[in-house]
Amino acid sequence: MRKSLLLLMAIVLTFTLAACGGSKNTPSNTTGDKGNNASQGASGDQNKPTETKQLEGSILAVGSSALQPLVEQASKKFMEKSEYSKITVLVQGGGSGTGLTQVAEGQSDIGNSDIFAEEKFKDADASKAEALVDHQVGVVAMAAVVNPAVGLDNLTKQQLVDIFTGKVQNWKEIGGADQKIVLVNRPASSGTRKTFEKYALGQSTEDLPGAIQEESSGNVKKLIAETPGAIGYLALSYLDQSVTAVKYEGVEAIEDNVVDGKYPVWAYQHMYTKGEPNEVVKAFLDYMTSPEVQDNDVVELGYIPASKMKISRDVNGTVTQK
Amino acid sequence: MQDKQRVVKPHIAEEWVGKIYTLLCIFFLIVTIFSMVYFVASKGISTFFLPNVNLLDFLTGLKWAPEGSPPAFGALPFIVGSFTTSILAALIAAPLGICAAIFMTEIMPGVGRRYLQPVIELLAGIPSVVYGFIGLSVLVPFLRDVFPGQGIGIAAGAMVLSIMILPTITTIAADALAGLSHSLKEGSYALGATRWQTIYRIILPTTLPALLTGVVLGISRAFGEALAVQMVIGNAPHIPKSLFESTSTLTSVITLSMGNTVSGSPHNSALWSLALILMSMTFVFVFIVRWLERRSKV
Repeated sequence: MRKSLLLLMAIVLTFTLAACGGSKNTPSNTTGDKGNNASQGASGDQNKPTETKQLEGSILAVGSSALQPLVEQASKKFMEKSEYSKITVLVQGGGSGTGLTQVAEGQSDIGNSDIFAEEKFKDADASKAEALVDHQVGVVAMAAVVNPAVGLDNLTKQQLVDIFTGKVQNWKEIGGADQKIVLVNRPASSGTRKTFEKYALGQSTEDLPGAIQEESSGNVKKLIAETPGAIGYLALSYLDQSVTAVKYEGVEAIEDNVVDGKYPVWAYQHMYTKGEPNEVVKAFLDYMTSPEVQDNDVVELGYIPASKMKISRDVNGTVTQK
Repeated sequence: MQDKQRVVKPHIAEEWVGKIYTLLCIFFLIVTIFSMVYFVASKGISTFFLPNVNLLDFLTGLKWAPEGSPPAFGALPFIVGSFTTSILAALIAAPLGICAAIFMTEIMPGVGRRYLQPVIELLAGIPSVVYGFIGLSVLVPFLRDVFPGQGIGIAAGAMVLSIMILPTITTIAADALAGLSHSLKEGSYALGATRWQTIYRIILPTTLPALLTGVVLGISRAFGEALAVQMVIGNAPHIPKSLFESTSTLTSVITLSMGNTVSGSPHNSALWSLALILMSMTFVFVFIVRWLERRSKV
């Protein structure tokens, strides 16, 4: 009895190891197949002398949950179009890191990210970012947001740095009400936090004791609205009467100021592909950047159209006039 | 005659089909479990091959800044957060659950079994995101008004968890109490003991291992709960000075950061290591439960 049990254990262990060893190979295989299918479909179409080319295939877009609603809404309209009716677009969330990893490893066709790939793939992984091609579909601006009872409507860069590094502990030290400051932050890995730290604070900060960290913008807004003395930051589309958006160095966080470069705290919304996209993926990305999406869905969901920007900014933060 | 003998008799075929089917199921189950353990372990251990990271620093370090320069991987705040939150939750839920079980089995079996038990078991079916949302909308503002601090923190987390583990503790305790042999109780009454004396001198001591099993299962459920806790605990990677200050648990830090990190990066590996700690703790809880179950048979 005991011997047969041991034997069973041994068999199980071998299978487990085999399964695990196998699983590492499978992603590349499946993506290889997928790539082949797509390219076969495309080349098959090219060979045909027909004038109306019907693209066929499926697209998987994974990543940033901030970008997900836009891609989802656009993909629905895209699939309804008669010329693209044979294309299926699948949109998944999971975060910018997941999106970039999966597109770099070829598991998905598009990786949605609210941060440059070069900022995520660092050091040993830097080569992964080079293979990715960036497609910018929109811009999200963020504003520092405080609880209405704080009584301030403008903060300088230095004041924000002092607040987020814990140097200033009470609002009265910088001219507000006598109320302890409560930080409502994002996790250190979050793209929103990286953008805010890079362009509003100019430095990265540590997590302070007592600071609250929330992942979703909805919860951040709720906590800032309810907690006396709370400060955080939110994308412009989340702002409403329950919280006060403060000016940054006297510049109000509105679309016009972002577009002409007066207000610096914003980030591109990226859709990355590995290498140049194939025909099917390109058709979808072209649709995303077409006026039809840029002027309707992008604006409707609170993003700023990438086409509207009068300036452009690269990964190092260098701004150039268009 | 010969033809008939060659055909396998139906009940023998059935026997074999059943045997092979169960064996296959078990086999898949075991392979799945082994694969998961292997996967988490291999990913989790890779952190310790990084320069400047070793197991002792990981388990006892106080500073968690995986994206900082230099990066720091101190997981003690999360371990402390997980243990205090779930043990506190059990301390709140155990008396409630055990008393409810006594009420249902000893004091008013009719009403208790028919109405109280289904209501308590209903609590197990509510999704954890609902608990978290109620915690954030009702409990946190209440704690913020009544106690000094932000309202968010271990106290809020433990209270939400205590409601979530109440059904586990109550159901197991009620089953244990109902399974107690009548002769023990009758003997006690025959000696002139009151109902209360019977309950706390006879019934509770005899069923103690089973009651503790329920409590440990409750703790292990609380230990693994992620979403509801993450919403009310604040998620600062520090050991808090009070019960009403933002802190993290192992599960909350994993769910908070997993999607934002790229796989293979030190931050991502460190999260897998936390998952490995979480999984080892679950094994410890399972062993404690097995040990208690063995004792309860005596």
